Amino acid sequence: METENTQIHVTPGGSHRRHAPPLYGVIAEFENPSDLVAAARRVYSLGYRRINGYSPYPIEELSEAIGFTHTSLPLIVFIGGLVGGIGGFLMQYWIEVIDYPINVGGKPYNSWPAFIPITFEMTVLVAAFSAVLGMLVLNKLPQPYHPVFNVPNFAMATRDRFFLAVEANDAKFDHTEVVELLKSLNALEVNDVEV
Amino acid sequence: MQDETPKPYTEGPMHSTSPVIDPGLTFASVTDKISSIVLKRKTSLAWFFGFAISFALFQLMLLAMTNLLFVGIGLWGVNVPVAWGIDILNFVWWIGIGHAGTLISAILLLLRQRWRTSINRFAEAMTLFAVAQAGMYPIFHLGRPWLMYWLFPYPNTMGIWPQFRSPLMWDVFAVSTYATVSAMFWFVGLIPDFATLRDRARSKPFQILYGMLAMGWRGSARHWHRYEMAYLLLAGLATPLVLSVHTIVSFDFAVGIIPGWHATIFPPYFVAGAIYAGFAMVLLLTIPLRRFYGLEGFITMRHMHNMGKVMLATGLIVGYGYIMEAFFGWYSGNKYERFMIWNRMHGPYSLYYWALILCNIITPQFLWFKKLRSNLLALWIISFVVSIGMWLERFVIVVTSLHRDFLPSSWGMYQPTQWDWAMFIGTIGFFFTLLFLFIRFLPMISIFEMRTILPEAEVEE
Repeated sequence: METENTQIHVTPGGSHRRHAPPLYGVIAEFENPSDLVAAARRVYSLGYRRINGYSPYPIEELSEAIGFTHTSLPLIVFIGGLVGGIGGFLMQYWIEVIDYPINVGGKPYNSWPAFIPITFEMTVLVAAFSAVLGMLVLNKLPQPYHPVFNVPNFAMATRDRFFLAVEANDAKFDHTEVVELLKSLNALEVNDVEV
Repeated sequence: MQDETPKPYTEGPMHSTSPVIDPGLTFASVTDKISSIVLKRKTSLAWFFGFAISFALFQLMLLAMTNLLFVGIGLWGVNVPVAWGIDILNFVWWIGIGHAGTLISAILLLLRQRWRTSINRFAEAMTLFAVAQAGMYPIFHLGRPWLMYWLFPYPNTMGIWPQFRSPLMWDVFAVSTYATVSAMFWFVGLIPDFATLRDRARSKPFQILYGMLAMGWRGSARHWHRYEMAYLLLAGLATPLVLSVHTIVSFDFAVGIIPGWHATIFPPYFVAGAIYAGFAMVLLLTIPLRRFYGLEGFITMRHMHNMGKVMLATGLIVGYGYIMEAFFGWYSGNKYERFMIWNRMHGPYSLYYWALILCNIITPQFLWFKKLRSNLLALWIISFVVSIGMWLERFVIVVTSLHRDFLPSSWGMYQPTQWDWAMFIGTIGFFFTLLFLFIRFLPMISIFEMRTILPEAEVEE
């Protein structure tokens, strides 16, 4: 399914790094959403696939530009709703018909219209939980550390700056080439991202 | 209505009054302005003053509850035949107020009403806090509140189960689902803003606090894509949910056979009333708040107009409900139904009925006039009157229906005691306590959604 980049370079030895730290990728900073989307389209058209944009608000064109248009969240929520609805009804049926039948005003034990409100509420409850937890799990959140937080000025990604990252585990990734490419795309600044 | 100088239309009649957002704002200024209320601005004396009063009233609620736990339900004025007094009334009133928040955040989102953006966070918070107040009433009404978990179906050593054919059980599921889903919807909406606050906070404790709440949000395009989908699906789920909640609350009454309760019009009439009361409360709170925090650029006159119009529309539906109740009473040919409506108008509680008509049917008619919708003081007063009116409506439904049922030998009168009032005033205190904390520690306007409606958010290709 949808994967986030989690490439790991192990630093040999550990304590003292003699070499440059392993690279997560290269990131470019943009001043406005139009530049970011244009750059993302260009990078994608050149065959880079492990790319990601970062923006202070959702940009529909951006996820399209990086080729990320499918999410299985609606399916998860649908299944959640189904489980909630069927489970909610069966719970009431089992309790009122099988385990603890009580005659209320001569109504049938399986007085299903009376079970509808709770069936509905259970459908909504489980579907809503699936939506929230599904979104968090697919996004791999909570995630306290991520390499992009090392980027200088990345705090502005939650204010008024826009970023495009090309990740180092892309099949086409070549450091100098990518840096040159991003610099040619109207970027304010291009930086390496350490893991 | 009577506008002397016709203004030029910019984008059609909807946009003729005022913009959804001050056109001079940018990503940076929106972010800084809203986050500075939480992070930079010195807590004003007025905030401390308001918080202190609310907190003191909150203590009154705790006192009333503690006393109730020691003494029991006899502390309240409820007794047969009026076994549901103002405590159930307050439950319905509070939960109704909550409905506007969900309407603004979910239904208006699905209808692509962009003006909702600047008020939805606040309205959702209001929903959550109002539902918290509402939830306490039925629990404390149980007589033995410490056994409230018996309401939930869990396998127990007594070998018994709850009765799912009872509307009171439906209520348990509806209200708890509503509270849970509202809380999740609110929290999900806050995640990107927590990230904004994390990156803006200067002091370590706040960086850690907001950082934990943001859960590592970094504005990734893939994340946004799933986030938007989750938000849309939650809105789609919350929309039928909010309608179901007040429908089920109305079933608490309508499924009973008491004249004045047993009516098919109850579900739509309750839902409309809930939205009516809720918008009144949103206006009641936002008018002073936007003035105090200088948020006129975000919450514009356009919002005030629109909320006034929603209030007028739902007020008319509620008015229709009252007229239909009277019509059913007459047309049914049933003497108990006829007596019920006659008793409402001329019985011992007739003052409440006529005050209700004055507050809920006559007062909102002023909203037809654009001049009055543009006058914030008038709008505030109308909202205040409507809030009282909706309280009276529930009084009329709960108390006057119960106090005169089929047999004159079982008639009685109801008088709330000081402890009923202490609980009510206390919950108002608790509500405002939560609200004051909210506006101090969380962004009361959704920052990331405000960015999306700025002109510079358009992608040019």
